[in-house]
Amino acid sequence: MSFTFLMQNLVNALQWGSFYALIALGYSMVYSILMLFNFAHGDIFMVGAYIGLGVATLLLALVGTGAGAMLPGWVVLVFTILISMFLTAFVGLIVERVGYRPLREAPRASAAITGLMIGIILETSNIILMGGQRVKFPQLIESVTYNIGGVFVTNMKIMIVLVSLGLMLALHLFVTRSKWGMAMRAMAFDYVVVPLVGVPLNTIAAMTFAIGSALAAAAGILFGLAYPVLDPFMGVSLGWKAFVAAILGGRGSIMGACLAGFMLGFIEIMTVPAIQIVNRLFNLNLGSNLRDLIAYSIVLLILIFRPHGLFGEPYSAKLRL
Amino acid sequence: MALLQVDHMTHFFSGLRAVHDFNLAIEPGEIRGLIGPNGAGKTTIFNLITGIYTPTEGKISLNGESLIGLYPHKIASRGIGRTFQDLRLWRHMTVLEHVKMARYSQLTYGLWGAFFDTALRRKEEVESEHRAMELLSLLGVDHLADQLVVNLPYGAQRRVEMARALAIEPKILFLDEPTVGMTPEELVQIMAIIRNIHQKFDLAIFMIEHRLKFVMELCEQIQCLVFGEVIADGNPDDIQNNPQVIEAYLGKDAVEA
Repeated sequence: MSFTFLMQNLVNALQWGSFYALIALGYSMVYSILMLFNFAHGDIFMVGAYIGLGVATLLLALVGTGAGAMLPGWVVLVFTILISMFLTAFVGLIVERVGYRPLREAPRASAAITGLMIGIILETSNIILMGGQRVKFPQLIESVTYNIGGVFVTNMKIMIVLVSLGLMLALHLFVTRSKWGMAMRAMAFDYVVVPLVGVPLNTIAAMTFAIGSALAAAAGILFGLAYPVLDPFMGVSLGWKAFVAAILGGRGSIMGACLAGFMLGFIEIMTVPAIQIVNRLFNLNLGSNLRDLIAYSIVLLILIFRPHGLFGEPYSAKLRL
Repeated sequence: MALLQVDHMTHFFSGLRAVHDFNLAIEPGEIRGLIGPNGAGKTTIFNLITGIYTPTEGKISLNGESLIGLYPHKIASRGIGRTFQDLRLWRHMTVLEHVKMARYSQLTYGLWGAFFDTALRRKEEVESEHRAMELLSLLGVDHLADQLVVNLPYGAQRRVEMARALAIEPKILFLDEPTVGMTPEELVQIMAIIRNIHQKFDLAIFMIEHRLKFVMELCEQIQCLVFGEVIADGNPDDIQNNPQVIEAYLGKDAVEA
Protein backbone atom coordinates (compact mmCIF):
# COMPACT_ATOMS: atom_id res chain seq x y z
CA MET A 1 0.00 0.00 0.00
CA SER A 2 2.28 2.65 -1.24
CA PHE A 3 1.93 6.28 -2.08
CA THR A 4 2.14 5.52 -5.80
CA PHE A 5 -0.70 3.01 -5.44
CA LEU A 6 -2.87 5.71 -3.85
CA MET A 7 -1.94 8.17 -6.58
CA GLN A 8 -2.78 5.57 -9.19
CA ASN A 9 -6.25 5.24 -7.72
CA LEU A 10 -6.61 8.96 -7.43
CA VAL A 11 -6.07 9.30 -11.17
CA ASN A 12 -8.76 6.70 -11.79
CA ALA A 13 -11.05 8.47 -9.34
CA LEU A 14 -10.61 11.73 -11.24
CA GLN A 15 -11.58 10.01 -14.47
CA TRP A 16 -14.71 8.44 -13.02
CA GLY A 17 -15.52 11.64 -11.22
CA SER A 18 -15.43 13.46 -14.57
CA PHE A 19 -18.15 11.19 -15.98
CA TYR A 20 -20.31 11.56 -12.89
CA ALA A 21 -19.83 15.31 -12.68
CA LEU A 22 -20.63 15.98 -16.34
CA ILE A 23 -23.82 13.93 -16.16
CA ALA A 24 -24.81 15.25 -12.73
CA LEU A 25 -24.70 18.81 -14.10
CA GLY A 26 -27.60 18.04 -16.43
CA TYR A 27 -29.77 16.71 -13.60
CA SER A 28 -28.86 19.62 -11.41
CA MET A 29 -29.43 22.41 -13.91
CA VAL A 30 -32.84 21.15 -14.96
CA TYR A 31 -33.82 20.63 -11.36
CA SER A 32 -32.76 24.09 -10.34
CA ILE A 33 -34.92 25.88 -12.88
CA LEU A 34 -37.95 23.58 -13.24
CA MET A 35 -37.97 21.74 -9.89
CA LEU A 36 -38.09 18.39 -11.60
CA PHE A 37 -35.63 15.61 -12.18
CA ASN A 38 -35.15 14.61 -15.77
CA PHE A 39 -34.95 10.86 -15.28
CA ALA A 40 -34.31 10.40 -18.99
CA HIS A 41 -30.94 12.10 -18.54
CA GLY A 42 -28.95 8.86 -18.12
CA ASP A 43 -30.36 7.66 -21.42
CA ILE A 44 -29.55 10.97 -23.06
CA PHE A 45 -25.97 10.23 -22.01
CA MET A 46 -26.31 6.88 -23.80
CA VAL A 47 -27.76 8.54 -26.91
CA GLY A 48 -24.91 11.06 -26.81
CA ALA A 49 -22.36 8.24 -26.77
CA TYR A 50 -24.01 6.60 -29.79
CA ILE A 51 -24.23 9.92 -31.63
CA GLY A 52 -20.54 10.31 -30.85
CA LEU A 53 -19.92 6.86 -32.27
CA GLY A 54 -21.79 7.80 -35.46
CA VAL A 55 -20.01 11.13 -35.86
CA ALA A 56 -16.59 9.60 -35.17
CA THR A 57 -17.20 6.78 -37.66
CA LEU A 58 -18.33 9.26 -40.29
CA LEU A 59 -15.37 11.58 -39.71
CA LEU A 60 -12.92 8.69 -39.81
CA ALA A 61 -14.43 7.55 -43.10
CA LEU A 62 -13.97 11.06 -44.47
CA VAL A 63 -10.41 11.74 -43.35
CA GLY A 64 -9.12 8.18 -43.38
CA THR A 65 -7.25 6.33 -40.65
CA GLY A 66 -3.70 5.26 -39.90
CA ALA A 67 -0.72 6.70 -41.69
CA GLY A 68 -2.75 8.01 -44.62
CA ALA A 69 -5.13 10.09 -42.47
CA MET A 70 -5.75 13.66 -43.60
CA LEU A 71 -6.12 14.94 -40.05
CA PRO A 72 -4.51 13.83 -36.79
CA GLY A 73 -6.67 11.84 -34.38
CA TRP A 74 -7.03 14.59 -31.81
CA VAL A 75 -8.57 16.93 -34.40
CA VAL A 76 -11.11 14.25 -35.26
CA LEU A 77 -11.77 13.86 -31.54
CA VAL A 78 -12.34 17.58 -31.00
CA PHE A 79 -14.76 17.71 -33.92
CA THR A 80 -16.48 14.52 -32.76
CA ILE A 81 -17.07 16.03 -29.34
CA LEU A 82 -18.28 19.40 -30.65
CA ILE A 83 -20.59 18.00 -33.35
CA SER A 84 -22.01 15.35 -31.02
CA MET A 85 -22.65 17.90 -28.28
CA PHE A 86 -24.47 20.05 -30.80
CA LEU A 87 -26.59 17.15 -32.10
CA THR A 88 -27.38 15.76 -28.65
CA ALA A 89 -28.49 19.23 -27.57
CA PHE A 90 -31.32 18.78 -30.06
CA VAL A 91 -32.26 15.51 -28.38
CA GLY A 92 -32.54 17.49 -25.15
CA LEU A 93 -34.64 20.14 -26.90
CA ILE A 94 -37.04 17.49 -28.21
CA VAL A 95 -37.30 15.79 -24.82
CA GLU A 96 -38.15 19.14 -23.21
CA ARG A 97 -40.63 20.14 -25.90
CA VAL A 98 -42.42 16.80 -26.18
CA GLY A 99 -42.05 15.36 -22.71
CA TYR A 100 -41.84 18.19 -20.22
CA ARG A 101 -43.32 21.42 -21.52
CA PRO A 102 -46.85 20.04 -21.91
CA LEU A 103 -46.63 18.72 -18.33
CA ARG A 104 -45.20 21.80 -16.67
CA GLU A 105 -48.40 22.53 -14.77
CA ALA A 106 -49.10 18.82 -14.19
CA PRO A 107 -48.53 17.12 -10.82
CA ARG A 108 -44.84 16.59 -10.13
CA ALA A 109 -45.22 12.81 -10.13
CA SER A 110 -46.46 12.88 -13.73
CA ALA A 111 -43.46 14.92 -14.81
CA ALA A 112 -41.22 12.46 -12.98
CA ILE A 113 -42.54 9.38 -14.78
CA THR A 114 -42.29 11.24 -18.10
CA GLY A 115 -38.54 10.96 -17.76
CA LEU A 116 -38.71 7.26 -17.00
CA MET A 117 -40.89 6.66 -20.05
CA ILE A 118 -38.72 8.72 -22.36
CA GLY A 119 -35.76 6.75 -21.04
CA ILE A 120 -37.42 3.46 -21.96
CA ILE A 121 -38.35 4.88 -25.37
CA LEU A 122 -34.74 5.92 -26.01
CA GLU A 123 -33.36 2.53 -24.93
CA THR A 124 -35.86 0.61 -27.05
CA SER A 125 -35.34 2.85 -30.08
CA ASN A 126 -31.65 2.19 -29.78
CA ILE A 127 -32.23 -1.58 -29.72
CA ILE A 128 -34.44 -1.31 -32.80
CA LEU A 129 -32.00 0.92 -34.69
CA MET A 130 -28.74 -0.75 -33.68
CA GLY A 131 -29.99 -4.30 -33.24
CA GLY A 132 -29.28 -4.47 -29.53
CA GLN A 133 -25.64 -5.42 -30.13
CA ARG A 134 -22.80 -4.05 -28.09
CA VAL A 135 -20.75 -1.84 -30.36
CA LYS A 136 -17.16 -0.78 -30.20
CA PHE A 137 -16.22 2.87 -29.95
CA PRO A 138 -13.37 3.72 -32.35
CA GLN A 139 -10.04 4.56 -30.82
CA LEU A 140 -9.44 8.08 -32.03
CA ILE A 141 -6.09 8.78 -30.47
CA GLU A 142 -3.10 6.53 -30.01
CA SER A 143 -2.86 5.53 -26.38
CA VAL A 144 0.33 6.65 -24.66
CA THR A 145 1.18 5.73 -21.10
CA TYR A 146 3.34 8.04 -19.02
CA ASN A 147 5.22 6.84 -15.99
CA ILE A 148 5.24 9.72 -13.53
CA GLY A 149 7.22 8.59 -10.49
CA GLY A 150 5.80 5.11 -10.64
CA VAL A 151 2.25 6.27 -11.33
CA PHE A 152 0.99 5.17 -14.73
CA VAL A 153 -1.15 7.75 -16.44
CA THR A 154 -2.51 7.40 -19.94
CA ASN A 155 -2.90 10.39 -22.22
CA MET A 156 -6.57 9.37 -22.43
CA LYS A 157 -7.12 9.89 -18.71
CA ILE A 158 -5.42 13.26 -18.77
CA MET A 159 -7.49 14.29 -21.77
CA ILE A 160 -10.75 13.12 -20.15
CA VAL A 161 -10.12 15.09 -16.97
CA LEU A 162 -8.96 18.20 -18.83
CA VAL A 163 -11.88 18.21 -21.27
CA SER A 164 -14.31 17.77 -18.38
CA LEU A 165 -12.77 20.58 -16.38
CA GLY A 166 -12.79 22.77 -19.48
CA LEU A 167 -16.47 22.16 -20.05
CA MET A 168 -17.24 22.88 -16.41
CA LEU A 169 -15.33 26.14 -16.65
CA ALA A 170 -17.22 27.08 -19.81
CA LEU A 171 -20.51 26.34 -18.09
CA HIS A 172 -19.46 28.41 -15.12
CA LEU A 173 -18.63 31.35 -17.38
CA PHE A 174 -21.92 30.98 -19.19
CA VAL A 175 -24.01 30.85 -16.03
CA THR A 176 -22.27 33.71 -14.24
CA ARG A 177 -21.62 36.06 -17.14
CA SER A 178 -24.35 35.75 -19.75
CA LYS A 179 -27.88 37.08 -19.63
CA TRP A 180 -29.20 33.53 -20.18
CA GLY A 181 -27.13 32.22 -17.31
CA MET A 182 -28.43 35.02 -15.13
CA ALA A 183 -31.97 34.06 -16.13
CA MET A 184 -31.24 30.46 -15.16
CA ARG A 185 -30.07 31.56 -11.75
CA ALA A 186 -33.11 33.78 -11.34
CA MET A 187 -35.42 30.91 -12.30
CA ALA A 188 -33.79 28.77 -9.65
CA PHE A 189 -34.97 31.21 -6.97
CA ASP A 190 -38.38 32.19 -8.29
CA TYR A 191 -39.41 31.36 -11.81
CA VAL A 192 -42.83 33.01 -11.70
CA VAL A 193 -41.41 36.52 -11.88
CA VAL A 194 -38.87 35.77 -14.58
CA PRO A 195 -41.21 36.21 -17.57
CA LEU A 196 -42.68 39.32 -15.97
CA VAL A 197 -39.39 41.13 -16.48
CA GLY A 198 -39.42 40.22 -20.16
CA VAL A 199 -37.45 36.95 -20.09
CA PRO A 200 -38.88 34.11 -22.24
CA LEU A 201 -39.31 31.22 -19.83
CA ASN A 202 -39.58 28.52 -22.49
CA THR A 203 -36.37 29.63 -24.19
CA ILE A 204 -34.44 29.43 -20.94
CA ALA A 205 -35.95 26.05 -20.06
CA ALA A 206 -35.15 24.66 -23.51
CA MET A 207 -31.64 26.05 -23.33
CA THR A 208 -31.08 24.35 -19.99
CA PHE A 209 -32.11 20.97 -21.39
CA ALA A 210 -29.90 21.55 -24.42
CA ILE A 211 -26.84 22.41 -22.34
CA GLY A 212 -27.39 19.48 -19.96
CA SER A 213 -27.74 17.10 -22.89
CA ALA A 214 -24.66 18.47 -24.64
CA LEU A 215 -22.61 17.89 -21.48
CA ALA A 216 -24.01 14.36 -21.23
CA ALA A 217 -22.94 13.75 -24.84
CA ALA A 218 -19.41 14.87 -24.01
CA ALA A 219 -19.45 12.48 -21.05
CA GLY A 220 -20.72 9.74 -23.36
CA ILE A 221 -17.86 10.19 -25.82
CA LEU A 222 -15.23 10.39 -23.09
CA PHE A 223 -16.69 7.25 -21.56
CA GLY A 224 -16.65 5.57 -24.96
CA LEU A 225 -12.96 6.40 -25.33
CA ALA A 226 -12.09 5.03 -21.90
CA TYR A 227 -14.32 1.93 -22.00
CA PRO A 228 -14.82 1.43 -25.71
CA VAL A 229 -17.95 -0.74 -25.64
CA LEU A 230 -21.39 0.87 -25.88
CA ASP A 231 -24.68 -0.82 -25.09
CA PRO A 232 -28.24 0.49 -24.94
CA PHE A 233 -28.41 0.28 -21.15
CA MET A 234 -25.08 1.93 -20.39
CA GLY A 235 -26.92 5.04 -19.22
CA VAL A 236 -28.95 3.32 -16.54
CA SER A 237 -26.43 2.53 -13.85
CA LEU A 238 -24.16 5.47 -14.63
CA GLY A 239 -27.19 7.77 -14.86
CA TRP A 240 -28.44 6.75 -11.44
CA LYS A 241 -25.05 7.20 -9.88
CA ALA A 242 -24.72 10.65 -11.44
CA PHE A 243 -28.18 11.42 -10.11
CA VAL A 244 -26.90 10.49 -6.65
CA ALA A 245 -24.06 12.95 -7.23
CA ALA A 246 -26.52 15.69 -8.24
CA ILE A 247 -28.46 15.24 -5.00
CA LEU A 248 -25.34 14.83 -2.92
CA GLY A 249 -24.03 18.11 -4.31
CA GLY A 250 -27.15 19.93 -3.18
CA ARG A 251 -30.12 20.03 -5.48
CA GLY A 252 -29.67 22.66 -8.12
CA SER A 253 -26.12 23.58 -7.25
CA ILE A 254 -23.74 23.53 -10.22
CA MET A 255 -20.61 23.67 -8.12
CA GLY A 256 -22.11 21.03 -5.83
CA ALA A 257 -22.83 18.69 -8.73
CA CYS A 258 -19.23 18.95 -9.96
CA LEU A 259 -17.65 18.42 -6.57
CA ALA A 260 -20.04 15.64 -5.62
CA GLY A 261 -19.36 13.93 -8.95
CA PHE A 262 -15.65 13.86 -8.22
CA MET A 263 -16.31 12.90 -4.61
CA LEU A 264 -18.45 9.97 -5.71
CA GLY A 265 -15.73 8.80 -8.09
CA PHE A 266 -13.24 9.13 -5.28
CA ILE A 267 -15.34 7.19 -2.76
CA GLU A 268 -16.06 4.42 -5.26
CA ILE A 269 -12.49 3.97 -6.42
CA MET A 270 -10.91 4.38 -3.01
CA THR A 271 -13.18 1.79 -1.48
CA VAL A 272 -11.23 -0.97 -3.25
CA PRO A 273 -7.80 -0.18 -1.72
CA ALA A 274 -9.62 0.40 1.57
CA ILE A 275 -11.04 -3.13 1.39
CA GLN A 276 -7.54 -4.46 0.71
CA ILE A 277 -6.16 -2.62 3.73
CA VAL A 278 -8.90 -4.01 5.94
CA ASN A 279 -8.25 -7.49 4.58
CA ARG A 280 -4.57 -7.24 5.39
CA LEU A 281 -5.05 -5.72 8.84
CA PHE A 282 -7.69 -8.15 10.05
CA ASN A 283 -6.65 -11.08 7.91
CA LEU A 284 -10.02 -11.15 6.14
CA ASN A 285 -10.94 -12.05 2.62
CA LEU A 286 -13.50 -9.42 1.56
CA GLY A 287 -13.95 -9.18 -2.19
CA SER A 288 -13.82 -5.97 -4.18
CA ASN A 289 -17.35 -6.75 -5.38
CA LEU A 290 -18.42 -5.15 -2.11
CA ARG A 291 -17.27 -1.84 -3.59
CA ASP A 292 -20.60 -0.23 -4.42
CA LEU A 293 -22.27 -1.56 -1.31
CA ILE A 294 -19.69 0.12 0.88
CA ALA A 295 -19.33 3.23 -1.28
CA TYR A 296 -23.03 4.01 -1.34
CA SER A 297 -23.43 3.26 2.36
CA ILE A 298 -20.89 6.02 2.87
CA VAL A 299 -22.91 8.33 0.62
CA LEU A 300 -26.03 7.47 2.60
CA LEU A 301 -24.21 8.37 5.81
CA ILE A 302 -23.13 11.72 4.36
CA LEU A 303 -26.71 12.47 3.38
CA ILE A 304 -27.96 11.64 6.86
CA PHE A 305 -25.64 14.29 8.26
CA ARG A 306 -26.13 16.75 5.42
CA PRO A 307 -29.67 16.10 4.21
CA HIS A 308 -29.58 19.06 1.86
CA GLY A 309 -26.37 17.91 0.23
CA LEU A 310 -23.01 19.62 0.19
CA PHE A 311 -24.18 22.95 -1.21
CA GLY A 312 -27.95 22.67 -0.90
CA GLU A 313 -29.94 25.39 0.76
CA PRO A 314 -32.45 24.15 3.32
CA TYR A 315 -35.20 26.48 2.13
CA SER A 316 -34.87 25.85 -1.59
CA ALA A 317 -37.96 23.66 -1.75
CA LYS A 318 -40.17 26.39 -0.33
CA LEU A 319 -39.34 28.97 -2.94
CA ARG A 320 -41.86 27.68 -5.41
CA LEU A 321 -45.50 28.58 -5.85
CA MET B 1 -57.46 56.03 -27.09
CA ALA B 2 -56.56 54.76 -23.68
CA LEU B 3 -53.09 53.35 -22.98
CA LEU B 4 -54.46 50.25 -21.28
CA GLN B 5 -57.97 49.18 -22.13
CA VAL B 6 -59.82 46.25 -20.61
CA ASP B 7 -63.32 45.41 -21.81
CA HIS B 8 -65.78 43.00 -20.22
CA MET B 9 -63.10 40.80 -18.72
CA THR B 10 -64.48 37.75 -16.93
CA HIS B 11 -62.51 34.87 -15.49
CA PHE B 12 -63.44 31.53 -14.03
CA PHE B 13 -61.22 29.23 -11.99
CA SER B 14 -62.67 25.78 -12.73
CA GLY B 15 -66.26 26.95 -12.39
CA LEU B 16 -65.61 29.56 -9.72
CA ARG B 17 -66.13 33.08 -10.98
CA ALA B 18 -63.15 35.12 -9.84
CA VAL B 19 -63.64 38.26 -11.93
CA HIS B 20 -66.88 39.42 -13.50
CA ASP B 21 -67.26 41.96 -16.30
CA PHE B 22 -64.26 44.07 -15.40
CA ASN B 23 -63.71 47.24 -17.42
CA LEU B 24 -60.80 49.62 -17.29
CA ALA B 25 -59.31 52.43 -19.33
CA ILE B 26 -56.07 53.98 -18.14
CA GLU B 27 -54.75 57.03 -19.93
CA PRO B 28 -51.00 57.70 -20.31
CA GLY B 29 -49.61 59.23 -17.14
CA GLU B 30 -52.66 58.44 -15.03
CA ILE B 31 -52.48 56.96 -11.53
CA ARG B 32 -55.32 54.55 -10.95
CA GLY B 33 -56.26 52.70 -7.78
CA LEU B 34 -57.91 49.34 -7.21
CA ILE B 35 -59.23 48.66 -3.74
CA GLY B 36 -61.34 45.94 -2.19
CA PRO B 37 -61.38 43.43 0.64
CA ASN B 38 -59.11 40.38 0.72
CA GLY B 39 -60.00 37.75 -1.86
CA ALA B 40 -61.96 40.20 -4.02
CA GLY B 41 -59.88 39.26 -7.06
CA LYS B 42 -57.56 42.26 -7.30
CA THR B 43 -54.35 40.31 -7.78
CA THR B 44 -56.19 38.02 -10.19
CA ILE B 45 -56.87 41.07 -12.34
CA PHE B 46 -53.14 41.85 -12.33
CA ASN B 47 -52.39 38.24 -13.24
CA LEU B 48 -54.92 38.33 -16.07
CA ILE B 49 -53.58 41.52 -17.61
CA THR B 50 -49.92 40.50 -17.26
CA GLY B 51 -50.63 37.18 -18.95
CA ILE B 52 -50.11 34.74 -16.09
CA TYR B 53 -53.72 33.66 -16.71
CA THR B 54 -55.71 34.10 -19.90
CA PRO B 55 -59.17 35.54 -19.22
CA THR B 56 -62.14 33.31 -19.96
CA GLU B 57 -63.83 36.23 -21.71
CA GLY B 58 -63.06 39.82 -22.58
CA LYS B 59 -60.51 42.00 -24.32
CA ILE B 60 -57.29 43.55 -23.10
CA SER B 61 -55.25 45.93 -25.20
CA LEU B 62 -52.20 48.09 -24.70
CA ASN B 63 -51.88 51.02 -27.09
CA GLY B 64 -54.64 49.48 -29.16
CA GLU B 65 -52.86 46.12 -29.56
CA SER B 66 -54.49 43.07 -28.05
CA LEU B 67 -52.60 41.28 -25.27
CA ILE B 68 -54.84 38.23 -25.16
CA GLY B 69 -52.92 34.99 -25.59
CA LEU B 70 -49.49 36.60 -25.55
CA TYR B 71 -46.77 35.08 -23.38
CA PRO B 72 -46.14 37.01 -20.16
CA HIS B 73 -42.64 38.00 -21.30
CA LYS B 74 -44.09 39.52 -24.47
CA ILE B 75 -46.62 41.50 -22.47
CA ALA B 76 -43.89 42.69 -20.13
CA SER B 77 -41.68 43.80 -23.02
CA ARG B 78 -44.59 45.71 -24.54
CA GLY B 79 -44.56 47.92 -21.49
CA ILE B 80 -46.19 46.52 -18.38
CA GLY B 81 -43.96 46.40 -15.30
CA ARG B 82 -45.10 44.83 -12.09
CA THR B 83 -44.34 44.39 -8.40
CA PHE B 84 -45.80 41.81 -6.05
CA GLN B 85 -47.68 41.86 -2.81
CA ASP B 86 -45.44 39.16 -1.33
CA LEU B 87 -42.02 40.37 -2.50
CA ARG B 88 -40.74 38.07 -5.20
CA LEU B 89 -37.03 38.61 -5.38
CA TRP B 90 -34.26 36.18 -6.29
CA ARG B 91 -32.88 35.73 -2.82
CA HIS B 92 -29.26 35.02 -3.57
CA MET B 93 -28.75 37.46 -6.39
CA THR B 94 -27.43 40.97 -5.93
CA VAL B 95 -29.48 44.13 -6.14
CA LEU B 96 -27.70 45.15 -9.33
CA GLU B 97 -28.32 41.74 -10.89
CA HIS B 98 -32.04 42.10 -10.27
CA VAL B 99 -32.19 45.29 -12.26
CA LYS B 100 -29.86 44.02 -14.98
CA MET B 101 -31.95 40.88 -15.38
CA ALA B 102 -34.94 43.03 -16.22
CA ARG B 103 -32.94 44.53 -19.09
CA TYR B 104 -32.70 41.08 -20.69
CA SER B 105 -34.55 42.04 -23.85
CA GLN B 106 -32.30 45.08 -24.37
CA LEU B 107 -29.17 42.93 -24.42
CA THR B 108 -28.55 41.71 -27.93
CA TYR B 109 -25.12 40.09 -27.71
CA GLY B 110 -25.00 36.51 -28.97
CA LEU B 111 -23.49 33.27 -27.75
CA TRP B 112 -19.95 34.47 -28.39
CA GLY B 113 -20.53 37.40 -26.08
CA ALA B 114 -21.65 35.01 -23.34
CA PHE B 115 -18.10 33.69 -23.00
CA PHE B 116 -15.84 36.42 -24.31
CA ASP B 117 -15.47 40.14 -23.87
CA THR B 118 -16.64 41.21 -27.29
CA ALA B 119 -16.97 44.89 -28.08
CA LEU B 120 -20.75 44.63 -28.33
CA ARG B 121 -21.00 42.81 -25.04
CA ARG B 122 -18.82 45.35 -23.25
CA LYS B 123 -20.76 48.27 -24.69
CA GLU B 124 -24.13 46.77 -23.76
CA GLU B 125 -23.02 45.68 -20.32
CA VAL B 126 -21.63 49.11 -19.51
CA GLU B 127 -24.79 50.80 -20.71
CA SER B 128 -26.98 48.31 -18.87
CA GLU B 129 -25.09 48.81 -15.66
CA HIS B 130 -25.21 52.55 -16.03
CA ARG B 131 -28.99 52.52 -16.52
CA ALA B 132 -29.43 50.09 -13.64
CA MET B 133 -27.42 52.30 -11.28
CA GLU B 134 -29.49 55.32 -12.34
CA LEU B 135 -32.68 53.52 -11.38
CA LEU B 136 -31.21 52.30 -8.12
CA SER B 137 -30.15 55.78 -7.14
CA LEU B 138 -33.57 57.11 -8.08
CA LEU B 139 -35.02 54.65 -5.59
CA GLY B 140 -32.33 55.38 -3.05
CA VAL B 141 -30.77 51.92 -2.98
CA ASP B 142 -27.72 52.45 -5.19
CA HIS B 143 -25.39 52.06 -2.21
CA LEU B 144 -26.70 48.49 -1.84
CA ALA B 145 -26.00 47.48 -5.46
CA ASP B 146 -23.57 44.68 -4.59
CA GLN B 147 -25.57 43.25 -1.69
CA LEU B 148 -27.54 40.03 -1.92
CA VAL B 149 -31.22 40.92 -1.61
CA VAL B 150 -31.72 38.31 1.09
CA ASN B 151 -29.63 40.45 3.43
CA LEU B 152 -31.59 43.68 2.92
CA PRO B 153 -34.24 45.12 5.20
CA TYR B 154 -37.82 44.85 4.02
CA GLY B 155 -38.23 48.43 2.88
CA ALA B 156 -35.10 48.24 0.73
CA GLN B 157 -36.32 44.99 -0.83
CA ARG B 158 -39.53 46.76 -1.86
CA ARG B 159 -37.50 49.44 -3.58
CA VAL B 160 -35.38 46.88 -5.38
CA GLU B 161 -38.52 45.23 -6.66
CA MET B 162 -39.75 48.57 -7.93
CA ALA B 163 -36.42 49.31 -9.61
CA ARG B 164 -36.59 45.92 -11.31
CA ALA B 165 -40.08 46.66 -12.60
CA LEU B 166 -38.92 50.03 -13.93
CA ALA B 167 -35.90 48.50 -15.65
CA ILE B 168 -38.05 46.97 -18.39
CA GLU B 169 -38.91 50.58 -19.30
CA PRO B 170 -42.65 50.17 -18.84
CA LYS B 171 -45.35 52.49 -20.04
CA ILE B 172 -47.51 51.41 -17.16
CA LEU B 173 -46.45 50.13 -13.76
CA PHE B 174 -48.59 47.72 -11.73
CA LEU B 175 -48.00 48.00 -7.99
CA ASP B 176 -49.54 45.26 -5.85
CA GLU B 177 -49.93 46.67 -2.35
CA PRO B 178 -46.71 48.68 -2.32
CA THR B 179 -47.12 49.69 1.32
CA VAL B 180 -47.60 46.29 2.96
CA GLY B 181 -45.60 46.04 6.15
CA MET B 182 -44.26 49.58 6.01
CA THR B 183 -43.73 51.93 8.90
CA PRO B 184 -45.40 55.38 8.76
CA GLU B 185 -41.99 56.83 7.97
CA GLU B 186 -41.47 54.46 5.05
CA LEU B 187 -44.98 55.28 3.83
CA VAL B 188 -44.05 58.91 3.35
CA GLN B 189 -40.90 57.91 1.51
CA ILE B 190 -42.62 55.42 -0.79
CA MET B 191 -45.29 57.97 -1.66
CA ALA B 192 -42.59 60.46 -2.63
CA ILE B 193 -40.86 57.78 -4.71
CA ILE B 194 -44.06 56.88 -6.55
CA ARG B 195 -44.74 60.55 -7.29
CA ASN B 196 -41.16 60.98 -8.44
CA ILE B 197 -41.08 58.04 -10.87
CA HIS B 198 -44.53 58.96 -12.11
CA GLN B 199 -43.31 62.38 -13.11
CA LYS B 200 -39.85 61.45 -14.28
CA PHE B 201 -40.94 58.70 -16.67
CA ASP B 202 -44.39 60.10 -17.43
CA LEU B 203 -45.55 56.71 -16.24
CA ALA B 204 -49.09 55.44 -15.86
CA ILE B 205 -49.56 53.56 -12.58
CA PHE B 206 -52.18 51.00 -11.64
CA MET B 207 -52.06 50.11 -7.97
CA ILE B 208 -53.75 47.74 -5.63
CA GLU B 209 -53.68 49.16 -2.13
CA HIS B 210 -55.30 48.50 1.20
CA ARG B 211 -54.47 51.75 2.92
CA LEU B 212 -57.32 53.95 1.77
CA LYS B 213 -55.64 57.15 2.82
CA PHE B 214 -52.63 56.31 0.67
CA VAL B 215 -54.71 55.53 -2.44
CA MET B 216 -56.95 58.52 -1.97
CA GLU B 217 -53.97 60.81 -1.87
CA LEU B 218 -52.23 59.39 -4.94
CA CYS B 219 -54.98 58.36 -7.33
CA GLU B 220 -57.23 60.41 -9.53
CA GLN B 221 -59.62 57.56 -10.01
CA ILE B 222 -60.33 54.47 -7.95
CA GLN B 223 -62.28 51.27 -8.48
CA CYS B 224 -63.59 49.14 -5.64
CA LEU B 225 -63.78 45.40 -6.26
CA VAL B 226 -65.90 43.02 -4.16
CA PHE B 227 -66.27 39.33 -5.02
CA GLY B 228 -64.80 39.93 -8.46
CA GLU B 229 -67.21 42.73 -9.35
CA VAL B 230 -66.63 46.46 -9.46
CA ILE B 231 -69.12 48.00 -7.05
CA ALA B 232 -67.86 51.56 -7.30
CA ASP B 233 -65.76 53.57 -9.74
CA GLY B 234 -64.96 57.21 -9.30
CA ASN B 235 -62.71 59.86 -7.83
CA PRO B 236 -61.52 59.56 -4.21
CA ASP B 237 -64.44 61.63 -2.89
CA ASP B 238 -67.06 59.48 -4.61
CA ILE B 239 -65.42 56.31 -3.35
CA GLN B 240 -65.08 57.58 0.20
CA ASN B 241 -68.76 58.41 0.44
CA ASN B 242 -70.11 55.44 -1.47
CA PRO B 243 -72.29 53.43 0.93
CA GLN B 244 -71.46 50.14 -0.79
CA VAL B 245 -67.74 50.74 -0.36
CA ILE B 246 -68.20 51.63 3.28
CA GLU B 247 -70.24 48.48 3.75
CA ALA B 248 -67.62 46.33 2.05
CA TYR B 249 -64.88 47.74 4.22
CA LEU B 250 -66.56 48.32 7.55
CA GLY B 251 -69.63 46.09 7.51
CA LYS B 252 -73.34 46.84 7.19
CA ASP B 253 -73.67 48.42 10.61
CA ALA B 254 -71.37 51.25 9.66
CA VAL B 255 -73.68 52.35 6.89
CA GLU B 256 -76.78 52.35 9.02
CA ALA B 257 -75.18 54.09 11.95
